[in-house]
Amino acid sequence: MTATSKYETHEYDVLIIGAGGAGLRAALEALAQGAKVGVVCKSLLGKAHTVMAEGGLAAAMANVDRADNWQTHFRDTMRGGKLLNNWRMAQLHAQEAPDRVRELEQWGALFDRTESGDILQRAFGGHTFKRLCHVGDRTGLEMIRTLQDRGVQMGFDVFMECTITKLLTDANGVTGAFGYWRESGRFVTFKAKSIVIATGGIGKSWKITSNSWECTGDGMALAYEAGAELLDMEFVQFHPTGMVWPPGVQGILVTEAVRGEGGILRNKNGERFMEKYDPKRMELSTRDVVARSIYTEVKEGRGTPHGGAFLDISHKPAEYVKRKLPSMYHQFKELADVDITKGPMEVGPTCHYVMGGIRVDAETGQSSVPGLFAAGEAAGGLHGANRLGGNSLSDLLVFGRRAGLGAAEHAKKTAAPSLDNAQVEEAERQVLAPFDRSDGENPYTIHHDLQDVMQRLVGIFRTDEDLRLALVELEKLKERAKKMRVEGSRLFNPGWHLSRDLQCMLTVSEACTHAALARRESRGAHSRLDFPKSEDAWGKKNHVIVKKGGAMTLFEVPRGDMPAELTQILAEDQ
Amino acid sequence: MADATLRVFRGDREGGKAVDYKVPVTEGMVVLDAIHSIQAHQSPDLAVRWNCKAAKCGSCSAEVNGKPRLMCKTRMDSLPTDEPVTVFPMKAFPVIKDLVTDVSWNYKVNKKIPPFQPRPGVEWKMYQPDVDRVQEFRKCIECFLCQNVCHVLRDHDKKEQFGGPRFFVRTAGLEMHPLDGLNRTRMLKEELGIGFCNITKCCTEVCPEEIHITDNAIIPLKERVVDEFYDPVTMIVRKIFGAKTS
Repeated sequence: MTATSKYETHEYDVLIIGAGGAGLRAALEALAQGAKVGVVCKSLLGKAHTVMAEGGLAAAMANVDRADNWQTHFRDTMRGGKLLNNWRMAQLHAQEAPDRVRELEQWGALFDRTESGDILQRAFGGHTFKRLCHVGDRTGLEMIRTLQDRGVQMGFDVFMECTITKLLTDANGVTGAFGYWRESGRFVTFKAKSIVIATGGIGKSWKITSNSWECTGDGMALAYEAGAELLDMEFVQFHPTGMVWPPGVQGILVTEAVRGEGGILRNKNGERFMEKYDPKRMELSTRDVVARSIYTEVKEGRGTPHGGAFLDISHKPAEYVKRKLPSMYHQFKELADVDITKGPMEVGPTCHYVMGGIRVDAETGQSSVPGLFAAGEAAGGLHGANRLGGNSLSDLLVFGRRAGLGAAEHAKKTAAPSLDNAQVEEAERQVLAPFDRSDGENPYTIHHDLQDVMQRLVGIFRTDEDLRLALVELEKLKERAKKMRVEGSRLFNPGWHLSRDLQCMLTVSEACTHAALARRESRGAHSRLDFPKSEDAWGKKNHVIVKKGGAMTLFEVPRGDMPAELTQILAEDQ
Repeated sequence: MADATLRVFRGDREGGKAVDYKVPVTEGMVVLDAIHSIQAHQSPDLAVRWNCKAAKCGSCSAEVNGKPRLMCKTRMDSLPTDEPVTVFPMKAFPVIKDLVTDVSWNYKVNKKIPPFQPRPGVEWKMYQPDVDRVQEFRKCIECFLCQNVCHVLRDHDKKEQFGGPRFFVRTAGLEMHPLDGLNRTRMLKEELGIGFCNITKCCTEVCPEEIHITDNAIIPLKERVVDEFYDPVTMIVRKIFGAKTS
């Protein structure tokens, strides 16, 4: 019996990997195009990381600030990204986001309202106008539930708690994917004409992170192994406000909406320190600036008892705080014994988002591998060197839809693929290897050490020396990972699952470190202590990482010039 | 700080037993942290579902000292330390392994519910007071703790006839949506078996999102069903003019 006939096999026009906002939106669009669609996700449906998005969804609807328009949103996004953004993506994003929001509403989403019955919008860092459509501080939940219910009704097949470990390809591009059911440990193969990667971020490589266990960079690692290019991997966003105490909750997100609703940052001396770092925008400066400011305050001895900054919203009426920030109220009350309507929270930076990702075509979301598409956090380009809050949820919708469309159209002109036995056998061998070893380390230990390396050496502030050391440490970790061992059976075995996720984390960590070492300037979220300034020349080039001859290879590509129309928008001031 | 003993169910569909683990307790630790500590240092194959660790995804439902809870929200210092802390899987669903249960039935029930359908030609305006009561239902994180404690499901296992509190909450969110144009009362009566609920409020008590499941969702829905199917005046009208389709 051949490997390809040995396993449960499913066949789709479009296979979506990941069921967060981007994956679900892609699936809906592919379905609307008449494609047969399968969605694979590592968790249960509706539990993806999108569910944790709090503050809102940026779209120039102009419901609150009438002067808002796509041009201003485009300009804010480009400036926030320090002009390294793919300008075409930034343009499409700003232009299409309002339609994507209206569509959600027509599918049943219920946003908070203005007095006149429209969708309410709130202020957020780096946005000129009140632009974030929201539902209290649980916008992501509303979005994922709406998309999920629509998908179930339209009829996609969902493979829940299923992990893809390898993309299968032939000379013409993707042919399918190989994975296992988390529950039973049984293997499964998919034949697909198009594949959309929508697997989200990479935060689990850092010790202090707001990300869930799923954010292990799977999609980027899978695409990289399949020959796709990764873009701008040095740009990792540290959200300024994560919880810092107690230890078990360190890193859990404190939404930017706290500042959007008027929250004030102070150091232990009671000084409103943002006056020093960004007197114009204060607390609503961009995330890179606020994160560095808090970090600097703590480093210079002005931090709070648990090593953070105070964030205070208690000057607002208690009822208002509970209504606009209900989950923050409960989170602090239950996990940290702090009543945020009466006193300040303690907050500090937490690894939150990667601006880099799979390099895609702005219009279709297609990567350099034919038939392989990507959208959402797994894709790179839109956010440049730093993402504005609220631009992620809109990214998921705008480019999720575009990738779904692109994938469906690609499928229409592609013949049914066949899978290569040798590739499937190799995939099987890779996943089972840790069971065959009689000794070796527990994957949890290696993961712990990886998080320590990335936190210490590839954090908010970086240096040549630290980054070189990180590469050495990553090599050692890769060697250790080759010898790791898992115990127990294949039945729902988290140790085994981690052994696979860890391989992906090591790949993306290495890509991130290489790119960070190569960029000898500071820009957006990438801050080099040894090169503290932004250089114009660096602002015109992006980093691309690709696997060549089995080795990770980095090269520079020109960002490309904007058409005059966009250059002019960018030059205009408010 | 002192060690705590966790008594955790280990087993699968075939059966299992409780196993004791000693775990060092740190300040502010929650039960899910303790489970992770066991995975990392003692038993890497201990199965548990979790995602956000911030009470937003509803994945880590279990029975802690016999009470249905989210493990990520249950502080160790809220539990007695002089006896083992028991951590068992939800009882109303079949065990897959250790703390992981098969909740796929819930996804099947969800498919029975007709989705949001705006009234034809509707104007897309809604006002906060009208949206407020629906937003309460939309807070649901699908932890299924309400399903787990509902005696119709837990003790009588009426999964074929009854949808359970989670899906009354979902239906209420659709029925009370200011712009929705469908009537789901027949579905509530016949497919979700809302009549089985005798409003003991167990679901409301365990809801981590503090949704007033019984008072705000189930009772108003029951009233709609009664009005439509059991109201004497309506029944006479129906006898004379024929049944309205819904």
